[in-house]
Amino acid sequence: MIWTDLKRIMRAGFAGFWRNAFVSLASTMVLSFALFVIGVLIFLGAMLDTSLGQLRDKVDINVYFLTTAPEEEILSLKEQIETLPEVEFVEYVSREEALQEFRFRHENDQLILEALDELEDNPLGATLNVKARETSQYEGIAKFLDSNETLSADGRGEIIDRINYFQNKAAIDKLSGIIDSAQTISFAIALLLIIISVAMTFNTVRLAVFTAKDEIGVMKLVGASNRYARGPFVVEGIFSGILSAFIALILFYPLTLWLGPSTETFFGAISVFDYYLNNFGQIFLIMLFSGILLGGGSSYLAVRRYLKI
Amino acid sequence: MINFDSVTKIYSDDSIALDSVTFDVSPKEFLSIVGASGAGKSTILKMLLAEEKPTEGAVFFERVDVGSLGKKELNLHRRRIGTVFQDFKLLPGKTAYENIAFAMEVAGRSDEEINSDVPHVLDLVDLSDKAWNFPNELSGGEKQRLAIARAIINQPDVVIADEPTGNLDPLNTEEIVQILKKINDLGTTVILTTHNKQVVDSLGKRVITLDRGRIVRDDNRGRYIL
Repeated sequence: MIWTDLKRIMRAGFAGFWRNAFVSLASTMVLSFALFVIGVLIFLGAMLDTSLGQLRDKVDINVYFLTTAPEEEILSLKEQIETLPEVEFVEYVSREEALQEFRFRHENDQLILEALDELEDNPLGATLNVKARETSQYEGIAKFLDSNETLSADGRGEIIDRINYFQNKAAIDKLSGIIDSAQTISFAIALLLIIISVAMTFNTVRLAVFTAKDEIGVMKLVGASNRYARGPFVVEGIFSGILSAFIALILFYPLTLWLGPSTETFFGAISVFDYYLNNFGQIFLIMLFSGILLGGGSSYLAVRRYLKI
Repeated sequence: MINFDSVTKIYSDDSIALDSVTFDVSPKEFLSIVGASGAGKSTILKMLLAEEKPTEGAVFFERVDVGSLGKKELNLHRRRIGTVFQDFKLLPGKTAYENIAFAMEVAGRSDEEINSDVPHVLDLVDLSDKAWNFPNELSGGEKQRLAIARAIINQPDVVIADEPTGNLDPLNTEEIVQILKKINDLGTTVILTTHNKQVVDSLGKRVITLDRGRIVRDDNRGRYIL
C-alpha cells in the first residue's frame, strides 16, 4: 500500500513538474541561483581558508641562542617547549645548519662570503623555530620562553640571545586580528547570503504552491490524506532541487576554469578550478543535499497552510 | 442516515448562515434544498463535508458526529460522499481520466480496479473520447459530467451537488439532472442545492426551502416556492 502510494505520488509529482513547466522553470531558476550562491560561498570559503592558512604558516617564533649556548641545553629547552599544549611543532636549526643556510642565501654575494671566511668561528647561533596551533597563542609561548625561571631553573644561566616575537609582536597581533576578522566577516556574509537565498527560494515555491491552492483544497475534499495531497508537491520540489544542483554544478565548470588562473594569483597557491575538480564529489553532494532540502522542504512548508480543510 | 440537529452557524454577529436547522435525510432519498443566494444552502453541504463546523448543534452521518471526526476519519468520511460543485472543482493539471483515477487512488483502490472502472464511468457520462483532455479543453457540460463521474466512481453513500447546473445552458442542465436522477434510482442518496425552479419542479421529490438560514418549508413532493 505504501509502495503503491509512493509510486503514485512520484508519478503525480513528475507529471505536475512537466505540466506546470513555466512555474517549475521559475522555481528551478531561483533554486539554481540559491545553490549557486551556496557554491560560491564554498569556493570563497576554501580560498579564504587557504590564504589564511598560508598567512598563519608565515607566523612563528624564532628563538636565537648565543653562540656559546651548549647544544644539549637547547635540545632540553626544545623538549620543554614541545610539552606546551599550544605548540604544534618546534624545529631546531643548529649553528652549522644556520651557517649553511646563510651561505646558501648569500651565494651570489661574494663580499659577504669572503667576510665570513675571514672569521675564525661560526658567528651564527642555533635557532628554535616554534610554531603554535593558533596565532593567538604566540604570546603565551613567548612569555614562557621569556621567564627567567624556566631558563635558569637548572642554574646554567642565560643561553638565549633574543626572541623575535617581541620585535614582531605588533605585526603578529595585527595579523591575528585580520585573520579573526576575516573569518567572522566571511561567516556573517555567508550566513546572510544563505538566509537571503533560502527566503527567496521559499517565497518562489510558496507562490508556485499558491497557484495550486484550489487544487489542494479539491484533493482534500475528495478525501485525500495530507500525505497524499502534499506528496506530489514535495516530489516536484525535490526534483526541482536535484535539477538545480546539476545546473549550478555545470555552471561552475566554465566559471572556475575561467577564474582559475586569477584566483591562483590572488589567493596564492590554489586555483579555484583545481579545487572544483579535486573536491567535485563533496561539492556535488553538498549541492544535491541542499537542493533536495531547499526544494522539498520549501514545498512541504508551503503546502501545509492549504491542508487545513 | 443524515441528521442535522439544531445546527446554527454564525460567521460574525451580522452574518448568521444557519439558524437552528433540523432535518433528516433517509437512505436513497433525493432531496433538493432551495433558497435565495445567502440562504445557507451551501453552508449545509459544507457542514456535511466537515469543511465548516457548526457554531451550535451537530451534524450526524450514520449517527456519527461529523464535527468530532479526527483527520483520518474525516478523510474516510469524505470518501463516502461524492461531491459535485457549481464551479466543477476539477484538478486542472490532470486529464479527465486522471481526475477520476485520483479519487480512486486516494480511496486506496488498486491499479487494476482503476484501469477497469475509469473507462466504464467515462462511458457512463459519455466522455470516453475526452479521456485524455485536460479540464480547460472541455465545455461546461462536459466538465460537470466529469465532476459527476468523479463523484460516483467510489460508489459513495451520498452524492451532494452544490448548484451543479448554475453555469450550464438548459440542454446541459437537463442532461445533468437526468444523470443525478439515474444515480438516485440506482440507490444512492442525492442532495441537490439549486436556484433552478424548472429543475426542482420537474423532479417531483422532497424539497427543503431555506430563507435567511431558517427552514421555512419541507415538502415531500415539493415545488420551488419562494
